[in-house]
Amino acid sequence: MSAPNHDHWLSRPSTIRGLWIAFAIVLAFTVAAELFIDIKGYFGVDDWPGFGAIYGFGACVAMVLVAKALGVLLKRRDDYYHD
Amino acid sequence: MIELLPPALLLVASALLTGVLRGTLRDAVVLLAPLATLWLIWQVPDGVVLTAYFLDYSIQPIEGGPLRRLFASIFAFMAFAGALFGFRQAKWYELSAAQAYAAGAIGVSFAGDLITMFLFWELMAIFSTVVVWCGGDARARAAGIRYAAMHLLGGVILKVGIEGLMVNTGSIEIRALALDSFETWMILLGILVNVAAPPISAWLPDAYPASSPTGSVFLSAFTTKTAVLALILLFPGADILIPIGLAMIFYGIIFALLENDVRRILAYSIVNQVGFMVCAVGIGTETALNGAAAHAFAHIIYKALLFMSAGAVIYRTGKHLCTDLGGLYRTMPVTAVCGIIGALAISSFPLTSGFTTKALISQSAVEQGMTVVYLLLAAASAGVFLHAGIKFPWFVFFQKDSGLRPEDAPWNMKAAMVLMAGACLLLGIFPGQFYALLPYAVTYEPYTAGKVLFYLQLLLFSGLAFFLMLPWMQRTLTITLDVDWLWRRALPVLWRLGQRLADAVRAGYHAAIVPRVTNLTRRLTAHLGPNGILGRSWQIGTTAMWVALLLISYVAIYAL
Repeated sequence: MSAPNHDHWLSRPSTIRGLWIAFAIVLAFTVAAELFIDIKGYFGVDDWPGFGAIYGFGACVAMVLVAKALGVLLKRRDDYYHD
Repeated sequence: MIELLPPALLLVASALLTGVLRGTLRDAVVLLAPLATLWLIWQVPDGVVLTAYFLDYSIQPIEGGPLRRLFASIFAFMAFAGALFGFRQAKWYELSAAQAYAAGAIGVSFAGDLITMFLFWELMAIFSTVVVWCGGDARARAAGIRYAAMHLLGGVILKVGIEGLMVNTGSIEIRALALDSFETWMILLGILVNVAAPPISAWLPDAYPASSPTGSVFLSAFTTKTAVLALILLFPGADILIPIGLAMIFYGIIFALLENDVRRILAYSIVNQVGFMVCAVGIGTETALNGAAAHAFAHIIYKALLFMSAGAVIYRTGKHLCTDLGGLYRTMPVTAVCGIIGALAISSFPLTSGFTTKALISQSAVEQGMTVVYLLLAAASAGVFLHAGIKFPWFVFFQKDSGLRPEDAPWNMKAAMVLMAGACLLLGIFPGQFYALLPYAVTYEPYTAGKVLFYLQLLLFSGLAFFLMLPWMQRTLTITLDVDWLWRRALPVLWRLGQRLADAVRAGYHAAIVPRVTNLTRRLTAHLGPNGILGRSWQIGTTAMWVALLLISYVAIYAL
């Protein structure tokens, strides 16, 4: 993420820090908004406040972990089929 | 009596013309024929329009209807957008093959019977293989052969099913079939090959990324989505499709996460997205089938857009691995922005096409009270953002500075990308107009504050997960073995082992058996051969003497 040449405003460390802060505010806002907007749950669990946030985050962590584990078994050098 | 020109035939004709014409005329045909086809598609009325005889069967080459029109329209639109993207860069034979391929897809869309469907199905198999081969290098040639073998095999399975159905029921009409006999299972299996259901899905990430930067745009659109249409027409509500669809969804996500090749990421994500449609067909209610059709329509647009974005990058840089790319937003802003819009659409962000169409599928699971399916679909939506929505734009356009400073895409590629990006937004912002085109009436309202907020939470926190786990997401110079390992590695190894075994048997035979047999033959020859005592020819006199001797002894024995 820290590009050696800061040729573009998007690649400046200060911009990246700013983006992280903005992202954090947006994340907090989407959860806080549940105080005003009701997310209709269909099956009980999805009625809990912040369910979407926790479920989305948790599902992604789980999928990355599964992919990591599978990668140990199935990853090969990229010239595997070339011989 | 033919009152209208079959839309597919127009594209077949233009595919032939593309090979004959040169220069501006050819460009005109390549670009205008799909639009004329689109117009023709909208002239096809509902119901069976055309009846003909093939062998002893009455066939219906054209049957209209909202669902068929929807699919045919997006195929024709795609033929236009793909042509616009590639007409100045692609070889003429690639453009020609792509039109014939699109003609096959449109032909399947309007097929009223299984024979017509099968013929167009095979047309697609043949010309999509040509499109793969247009990749032009050794990888494309090998992948094309594997692709063709898989699709011809799938075609044979489908044909076995169709023939069984013809013999046993006498009907070849396209209608909902029950999975209660060998032949209907064969038909389902043949379609599942084209839908890229695991474990026979590996042909897709093997072949599509091997094609040219323009070819993969066409390939992404037709084969899997005609198969989805066939499933909607033939097997709506077949329960088995729900687990198959879910398997496709998660297989696509996991393998895309491990992938380094940009277009293989997108190829796995086709399997993932088609999984949503297959699952919806399995749920089988009107909302679900609407969802499957709508999602196929939206998916063709944003997936083609993503392949266009990747294709433009590969066309400009000649590089296709995440590890070689990065930082291209500096010099390819249009390609980057359009790619990001496609990525947001595939992730079903509010205001994009993915949101308004995938929501129908989730809604159908809610209506049927399928808790687990609903929750898995929600988890998968998060996973789509992870593996395609962020991963693709991040590694291609941001990530690190790769030092590459390529020009932005040529004007025609830009035009095609802007067109598709606009379509993604239009379908997302005005869902009502789009819902009106679906086969069943829609009462569903996607934009309620609660639903939008739920999806924003789901997706944005997936984004957080991506960036927090970024060190684990970094790509390496590796490939991940898929099921095609079986026929690319295991089968050749088994073959070589078999050959070695055969060699050993042959060597043993030569060492142990052959000398003995030779020895025996020599000894037998010594006695029975032309010079052997028992085998050689005798002179007449000798023979006469022996005969005389025999007769005398006979007479003597008789006399006694």
